[in-house]
Amino acid sequence: MRANLRNVTGAIRAKRANVVGEMPHWEQLRDLGAALKDDTLADLPDRLLQLERSVQARGGQVHWARDAREARDLVALIAEQHAVTELIKVKSITSDEIELNLALEERGIHAVETDLAELIVQLSKDSPSHILVPAIHRNRAEIQELFNTELPGEGQLSDDPAALAGAARRYLRQKFLTTKMAVSGVNFAVAETGTVCVVESEGNGRMCVTLPEVLVSIMGIEKVLEKVEDLSVFMELLPRSSTAERMNPYNSFWTGVTPGDGPQEFHLILLDNGRTNVLADEFGRQTLRCIRCSACLNVCPVYERAGGHAYGSVYPGPIGAILTPQLLGMYDKNANTLPGASSLCGACYDVCPVKINIPQVLIYLRSEANVQKGLTAEALAMKGMKFVMAEGWRFEGALKLARVGQGPLVRGDAITSLPGLLGGWTQSRDLQPLPKEGFREWWKRRGQEPAAASGEADTSSESKERV
Amino acid sequence: MHIDLFLTCVNDALFPQTGQATVRLLERLGHTVGFNPRQTCCGQMHLNTGYRDDALDLARKFVGDFRDAEVVVMPSGSCAAMVRELYPQAAQWAGDEALLREMEALAPRVFELSEFLVNRLGVTDVGAYYPHRVTYHPTCHAMRGLRVGDAPLRLLRQVRGMTLLELAGAEECCGFGGTFAVKNPDVSAAMLTDKTRHILDTGAEACTAGDNSCLLHIGGGLSRLRSGTRTVHLAEILASTEQEVYA
Repeated sequence: MRANLRNVTGAIRAKRANVVGEMPHWEQLRDLGAALKDDTLADLPDRLLQLERSVQARGGQVHWARDAREARDLVALIAEQHAVTELIKVKSITSDEIELNLALEERGIHAVETDLAELIVQLSKDSPSHILVPAIHRNRAEIQELFNTELPGEGQLSDDPAALAGAARRYLRQKFLTTKMAVSGVNFAVAETGTVCVVESEGNGRMCVTLPEVLVSIMGIEKVLEKVEDLSVFMELLPRSSTAERMNPYNSFWTGVTPGDGPQEFHLILLDNGRTNVLADEFGRQTLRCIRCSACLNVCPVYERAGGHAYGSVYPGPIGAILTPQLLGMYDKNANTLPGASSLCGACYDVCPVKINIPQVLIYLRSEANVQKGLTAEALAMKGMKFVMAEGWRFEGALKLARVGQGPLVRGDAITSLPGLLGGWTQSRDLQPLPKEGFREWWKRRGQEPAAASGEADTSSESKERV
Repeated sequence: MHIDLFLTCVNDALFPQTGQATVRLLERLGHTVGFNPRQTCCGQMHLNTGYRDDALDLARKFVGDFRDAEVVVMPSGSCAAMVRELYPQAAQWAGDEALLREMEALAPRVFELSEFLVNRLGVTDVGAYYPHRVTYHPTCHAMRGLRVGDAPLRLLRQVRGMTLLELAGAEECCGFGGTFAVKNPDVSAAMLTDKTRHILDTGAEACTAGDNSCLLHIGGGLSRLRSGTRTVHLAEILASTEQEVYA
């Protein structure tokens, strides 16, 4: 799995650097993207009400969902009203967030994923492991085997990518042409006009938002933009950051309904599901700028080694590590460990097209999580360390004690095994022992020696005697 | 110029030679160096592990210890980034306006060693001699936090007798990350494995960097592999001369 991840993220990373490099004003564009998002978030209630009015004025229907359950119920209700037992879906991580497919299945409605990678994940009863490349953890041989068992009527397929894609295409085409209802996510929605936008690479999304009679789009409330012209900024930032393309192959925009053309019924579900809590936190709020490009996943050394499933959250990688705990709350046992899953190397911040300072939010959330955890052994150890560090003489004394105390641990010239909480260190690395003389002792000794003492005041120390 | 040295707790405890080298180097360049023995730790470990209040206590102490300094120089990119970037942020999180103002006043006078030499003093040739094959690992906090850019490389390129070898995947994190290395040992070790492999591939005798925390981790990995390749802090290379090799 690590090899698959390294290959794919490495390739996207290199391509991204290229297409970003050819934009001379990339930094200003990032600033603009961040500022536009921040402005919209600052007026979010007004923008959403404006969006609602615009969508309704163009013949669409708007629904508000406080949480996942309300959103799932809304989709199921619309499906049931149209007696639909199967619907098609455009890849949408928001729908994964609310566990839509499972909820629909329980009510006898089968949702068919139409994005190729999502289809692979769905057919293998797996879950997505990347925001943009959900089946990143699967290789070609695994997909060949899967299609040979799950796509009947295709015979024995070879592992040729074109043959595999062809089989999926034939399967999906039949679904596009016969299914009455579709569910999509939303990349952006424009408050001014009520225009909703989905960008994708395969054309399946375009099929889903144009062919069925009924279209339901689910959007996190942070996806709203104020004006149509704002789209131009994000249409530059998003594809270059996500798929490392200058433009997405398919950019679909629709506004309400048009009689005789496209879906004749359009529902827009505005999903909160914890987002207003994130908005209320002035330091965590920048997380809501996220446009789900996944650039942070592709550069993250932790994601590359651990894979998306290790996060135990629908939003993996660096963005997931800050978004999930904020959406779910710090009391969630898995979510509150996620901010710890980073070495704080900062690569994610450098590539984020809307300049979310992920490392800083991670640090902020670690403190929030610790407050929730209360007085743990780690918290006590930290308090002890702080007590020692609060005075220079205490630290000096502690170092002297440690020099004596480390004796039993030193093997040759290294410590190869540490006890307790610190054992993780020596699992794969040696630790060098404390030196016989610390810097402080050296500094004092040096100050006491006559030659050095006179040298201290002498700015031209060229001829100074070395200690 | 009178320079206040902030040694950092890791150097104080484990790498006195880095502090000695920093002092000698700065003195050789004609400056006086002071060491306030009250200093301890910048609080980075506390803040990064999520103990904001404890970190702020140590941050207040740092500000108190160095309030009157003309410049504070430290042989550590991550501690410099902590003081300059994260102190103000942590003060904001705590809503301490007075502390925030003090930190913002101090921040422009705080430097990591290589950026101090190159950007503040305008020196790239410090008269160093170091007859070894060396590769350089840019540490995350210096590179992405402080934006020291190629300052360390410009210094290293002027070192006489030294062969500077290019490191593949140089900009990728070594996997240390403070308590991350202890809390997520498997992922940290996987990152370290790639880093040490790339270092060994260069054929270098030593890997250098501006941060002993990263070098402690990388050096620990190289030691476990019994590779014979060492780690050495940038300051020790820069302090070395034909008369005296410090590292």
